[in-house]
Amino acid sequence: MTNHTELLRFTTAGSVDDGKSTLIGRLLYDSKSIFEDQYEAISATSAKRGEEGVNLALLTDGLKAEREQGITIDVAYRYFATPKRKFIIADTPGHIQYTRNMVTGASTANVALILVDARQGVVEQTRRHAFIASLLQIPHLIVCINKMDLVGFDEAAYTAIKEDFQGFSHRLDVQDIDFIPMSALLGDNVVERSTNMDWYGGSTLLYTLENVHIGSDNNFIDCRFPVQTVIRPYSDAYHDYRGYAGRVAGGVFKKGDKVTVLPSGFTSTIAKIDTYDGELEEAYPPMSVTLLLEDDIDISRGDMIVRENNQPDNGQDLEVMLCWFNERPLQPNGKYAIMHTTKEARCMIKEVRYRLDINTLHRDEEQKEIKMNDIGRVLLRTTAPLLTDPYRKNRITGSIILVDEQTNETVAAGMVI
Amino acid sequence: MSSTYQLNHLRELESESIFVLREVAAQFENPALLFSGGKDSILMVHLAVKAFHPAKIPFTLLHVDTGHNFQEALDYRDALVERIGAKLVIGSVQEAIDTGMVREEKGYNATRNYLQTAVLLKALEDGKYDAALGGGRRDEEKARAKERFFSHRDEFGQWDPKNQRPELWNLFNGRKHFGEHFRIFPISNWTELDVWQYLALENVPLPSLYFAHEREVLHRDGMLLATEGGLIPVRSDEKVEKLMVRCRTIGDITTTGVWESTASTLEDIIAEVSMARQTERGGRADDKRSETAMEDRKKAGYF
Repeated sequence: MTNHTELLRFTTAGSVDDGKSTLIGRLLYDSKSIFEDQYEAISATSAKRGEEGVNLALLTDGLKAEREQGITIDVAYRYFATPKRKFIIADTPGHIQYTRNMVTGASTANVALILVDARQGVVEQTRRHAFIASLLQIPHLIVCINKMDLVGFDEAAYTAIKEDFQGFSHRLDVQDIDFIPMSALLGDNVVERSTNMDWYGGSTLLYTLENVHIGSDNNFIDCRFPVQTVIRPYSDAYHDYRGYAGRVAGGVFKKGDKVTVLPSGFTSTIAKIDTYDGELEEAYPPMSVTLLLEDDIDISRGDMIVRENNQPDNGQDLEVMLCWFNERPLQPNGKYAIMHTTKEARCMIKEVRYRLDINTLHRDEEQKEIKMNDIGRVLLRTTAPLLTDPYRKNRITGSIILVDEQTNETVAAGMVI
Repeated sequence: MSSTYQLNHLRELESESIFVLREVAAQFENPALLFSGGKDSILMVHLAVKAFHPAKIPFTLLHVDTGHNFQEALDYRDALVERIGAKLVIGSVQEAIDTGMVREEKGYNATRNYLQTAVLLKALEDGKYDAALGGGRRDEEKARAKERFFSHRDEFGQWDPKNQRPELWNLFNGRKHFGEHFRIFPISNWTELDVWQYLALENVPLPSLYFAHEREVLHRDGMLLATEGGLIPVRSDEKVEKLMVRCRTIGDITTTGVWESTASTLEDIIAEVSMARQTERGGRADDKRSETAMEDRKKAGYF
C-alpha cells in the first residue's frame, strides 16, 4: 500500500434482515481486513449459538445490548483499505426509530449503499433511506440488490427492482445511482465477480467503491474559511505573529488573494498560508491551515474569511430542513442554542412550515408536530447573523445543529435551504 | 482541477485531527492530553504541535502511571516534554495503592489496568480538567467503534453508550454541566496502519520498544509477556526465554503482549502491519478478560 490512496466515506442503510451486516462482514473478509483473532472470536460465537458455518454478520456486533438483542443501536464506524483507497464505513441501523443515526452517518458520506432484499423488492424503508441520502446530499448512491441467490439469480427480479427504484428516485435530488445484483452471503459481486449472473455486465461493489469519482465532492468554487481560533505565540521569535487557524470549507485560497472578513466587512490580502511544514501557495478543502493577513484587523472565532465578490448569505432568518433527534419534541416558539461552522448563537423556532412524511414525501401542513425522527421545514430566527450557504452548495456552511440549553443534548440537525 | 485538489488519505486524516484539536482548544477551558508513551499518544502530541504551531500546545500532558513501565517509555516521555516545552502531570497508581484509594489485584494475571480508572478520574478532578484527549481509535476494539470524537462523561466520569450525542458534519457539541467532562478522540478515524504510515512519513522519533530487540519473555494464553522487573510471577510450568520481539502497543508491562519480530525500521513495521493476521490488541490481556471487557471499562470511565 502506498501513501497516495484517497479516503472514501460511505454509509450503509438497510432494513432489518436484508443482510447489511453480512454484506459489511463480506467486504471486510474478502478484502482481507479481518484478523485471525477476530475471525476466531466470531467462529466461536457462531458455534456457541449453534449456527451453521461462520456468521460474518457477527463482525459488526458492538455493544452488549446489541449482541443480546441481535440489533444495531448506534452508528458504528469500520475501516478497510485496498491499494487504491482507504474506506470509512458508517454502519447505521435501519429501523425507523434510528433515522437520526442514518442522518448522522450520511452527513459526511461520499457514497450511500442502500440494501434491497431481492425477494422483497423496494419497500417503505428503501424509499426512506434513498430520501435521506438525497436530503443529506450524498453525491453517489449504490443500490445493492442482495440475496440474489434466493431468487435463483434471476435477471428479471433485478430489472424489476431497478425500474421500481428509478420510478421514485427521479423525484429525488440524486445525480449518480448504480445498481448491483449480489449475494453477500455467498460473496457474489461483492469483491469477487459472480459466476452465477453472466447477464450482469456492471462492476462488483468493491470495484465501484474503488472507482467512483469523488474529486468534485467538495466545493472548490466559493471561498469560505470559518476561523476556529487565533494563534498568538507570545514568544520573542514570533512577536507579531497573528494567525487565523481553521479548515477550508470551500474554494481555493491563494497567497495574495484579496479577502473580506465577515461579519465586519473589512478587507485585506492573504499575506501567508502557514502550516507547521512551511508556507503554502494555496489551500483548499478539507485542509487545516493558518491564514495571516496583511492588515491588522480584529478577527475572532466564528468570523469567516471569504472573497470580496463571492459572499455567503448573512442574516438572522434561516429556512432549514430539520431532522429531530430528541425524545422531547420540537417546541413551537422554543429557544435553542444553534451551532453553525465555528459560530454559536441562540435561536427561536418562528414557524414550522410543514412536516414531511418521509415515506410518501407528502408535506403535511395540518399536523405539524415534529417528534423524534421526524423531518420538517422550519423557519428560525437567530440572535446573531449567521454566514450561511444553501446546503446544496456547501455541506459545511449549509449545516447547523440545535442544542437544548437545559440538557445540552444535540436535539436536531438542519440543512439550510 | 479536481485531481490537483485531492488530499491523500493520510493528509485528510491529519487535517481532520488538527480540526478536532483546535475545536478542543476553542471550546474548553482546561484540556489535558492523556499521554501514555504509546504510539497513539505520540501521534496525538505530534498533531497538536502542528495544529498550534508556532505557539506551544495549549494542553497539559497527563500520564496515568501504573508504576509498571518500560524504562524506555519513561525516558522517551521526559525527552518529549522537554522538547515541546509542555507541562507534565503524573497520576500515580502506586500512590493510590499506598494511600488505600484503590486495592491491588492478586494472583497470576493480576494487573493494575483496572486501577487506572480511579486514578485517572481523580487526576482529572484534581487538575480541574474539563476535557481529556485520548488516543483511542475506532478500529481498535468493538466498543470503540461506536465512540464519538467528543464523548460526553457525566459527573461520575461514566460513558453512556446508548445515549450518545449525534455527531454530524464537523459540528462538535462540547456543552456540559458543571462537574461533567468530555473525552475527546482526535484520531478516531485512523487505523493502526495509518498511524505507522504517517509516523514514517513525518519522521517522528519513537521509543525503541517498537522496534525488534532481544527480551526475556514467557508464553501465556497465546501471548508473549515481558518478564522485565519481575512484575509477572512465573509459574513452575512456564519457561522464560530470550526472543527477538517488539511491542505493537505500549502500556503497562503486565498487560502489554510483545510479538516475535525482526522489524527494525518503520518500513519493516509497515510491511509487518500490512501482513499482520492478528489485531494489535490481540496482545492485550486486559481486553481478553471477557467479551465486553472494553465496553465495561469504558462505561466506568476508562480511557
